[in-house]
Amino acid sequence: MTTLELQKMAVKVRKGVIEGTHAAKAGHPGGSLSAADVFTYLYFEEMNIDPADPKKEDRDRFVLSKGHTAPGLYAALANRGFFPVEDLLTLRHIGSHLQGHPCVHHTPGIDMSSGSLGQGISAAVGMALSAKLCGKDYRTYTLLGDGEIQEGQVWEAAMFAGHRKLDNLVVIVDNNGLQIDGNIADVCSPYPIDKKFEAFNFHVINVADGNDMEQLAAAFKEAREVKGMPTAIIMKTVKGKGVSFMENQASWHGTAPNDEQYAIAMEELCKLEEELCQK
Amino acid sequence: MSEVKKIATRESYGNALAELGKEHENLVVLDADLAGATKTGIFKKAFPDRHIDCGIAEANMVTIAAGLATTGLVPFASTFAMFAAGRAFEQIRNSVGYPALNVKIGATHAGITVGEDGATHQCNEDIALMRTIPGMTIINPSDDVEAKAAVKAAYETDGPFYLRFGRLAVPVINDNADYKFEIGKGIVLREGKDLTIIASGVPVAAAVEAAEMLAADGIDAKVINIHTIKPLDDELVIAAAKETGKVFTVEEHSIIGGLGGAVCECLSGACPVPVKRIGVNDCYGYSGPAVKLLEEYGLDAKGIYKTIKESL
Repeated sequence: MTTLELQKMAVKVRKGVIEGTHAAKAGHPGGSLSAADVFTYLYFEEMNIDPADPKKEDRDRFVLSKGHTAPGLYAALANRGFFPVEDLLTLRHIGSHLQGHPCVHHTPGIDMSSGSLGQGISAAVGMALSAKLCGKDYRTYTLLGDGEIQEGQVWEAAMFAGHRKLDNLVVIVDNNGLQIDGNIADVCSPYPIDKKFEAFNFHVINVADGNDMEQLAAAFKEAREVKGMPTAIIMKTVKGKGVSFMENQASWHGTAPNDEQYAIAMEELCKLEEELCQK
Repeated sequence: MSEVKKIATRESYGNALAELGKEHENLVVLDADLAGATKTGIFKKAFPDRHIDCGIAEANMVTIAAGLATTGLVPFASTFAMFAAGRAFEQIRNSVGYPALNVKIGATHAGITVGEDGATHQCNEDIALMRTIPGMTIINPSDDVEAKAAVKAAYETDGPFYLRFGRLAVPVINDNADYKFEIGKGIVLREGKDLTIIASGVPVAAAVEAAEMLAADGIDAKVINIHTIKPLDDELVIAAAKETGKVFTVEEHSIIGGLGGAVCECLSGACPVPVKRIGVNDCYGYSGPAVKLLEEYGLDAKGIYKTIKESL
């Protein structure tokens, strides 16, 4: 896909997040929107996956360690063709395959159930380790929140990945700077994030704007060249990106838009889409 | 009395893994710096490339095992019961149980027979914790023969397993030609009509001995060995309760939530008879030689005999 096509797709993913959380009257739009661009890049450009064969053996793996941002992942999977886009409106409803947090049994394209913070990265490490043990060349990606890395298990996993030189593993940190209780630097600062991963023997790539497709593309291309150590992509993003009143507001971590807010958000995203179409 | 062969079930675990590893290349073993104690060192020696030491990080180890299982490998994640069921409970619940992954938890050093290390390492709560996880199969073998059979069955059966092993060498009681291990099926070790002793794990041999002591007093006790605590052999438990009208459970575990709890839950609806739970009475362990501790906690043959006699 061209950068412009990816940008347009990211808007569709954002619309899916707003539609899903609005329909659910619950969910986590803030972190889904900050990660909408990386979801799009991974599923439309980076990863070797096949929506017609979601379980194919040599596929690249993705674990959403920050599982609460499932609405963003679901929107990317739906737009990629793993299931109908209309399903997004069933998010969190009884009987829906779209659970509040990803579930491997319910949703096509989900490689691991996740949502309890700190565990997804370990599962991803297991997948990457398996590829090494079995001589397979698939790659494994996992996305963590910047608040999530307060969990001690993250660093157990990082220590192991560095020790085992898992260069088929890419750990992405969505550094949107906010968690439920406020600014991550105020709650319990995880900074400096890059130095921590470096100390755990990761190749670290800092992305100044993780909502910029070209910067994401450069980072993932660099990660592919890394040998002998895992990669951490620390991407600075804006929580709630793309919806003016949600941007940089911790309160939009886990709140769904009401009807009025939904209408404004969709109008803004439609406008963004039109602007991109005129490019 | 002839010399009885004694082997710790942790040793059986290590030996069984090394044996299965020869036939099955997808079997991998994880450890958290305790390969010597959990006896997975036996596997490591034979298959160093398939032994993964995660260091002292049990939560990570269990979740790595989950990731490995998603790719078709069959991981046995090994550590002490305290750090498997205890520390990594939530990882087992959310990353193994919920996704129903083919992960086998090999939990050694269960119960008070850890001995000298004392209460911090004596896990009497693991079965209770694991029983609450939907889809978890729990096996608590009583000797070397049963432990090896359990490891093999766990490998051959898809889904999450919790395998409980001990540190203390225990008598081999199942080395007879008739012995057949089947997941979820209890084994009648002694027929009797006055009462039933349902035992699991380390104290099974002592329960049989206690039944012989009762027999000398004219009390005819049926003895059942329950190696699979979940799913429980409801049919056998209910039939025994109907036959004998009185049930005693014996386990090296808290009387809350383990075998005793499972038996009571089974019988309360289907055949409510008096059940006396013999085990660790809602307290912590303490340091001492394992055999002495079994005596202290009333889990040796004399203790079991005494408790039953007093309750009749």
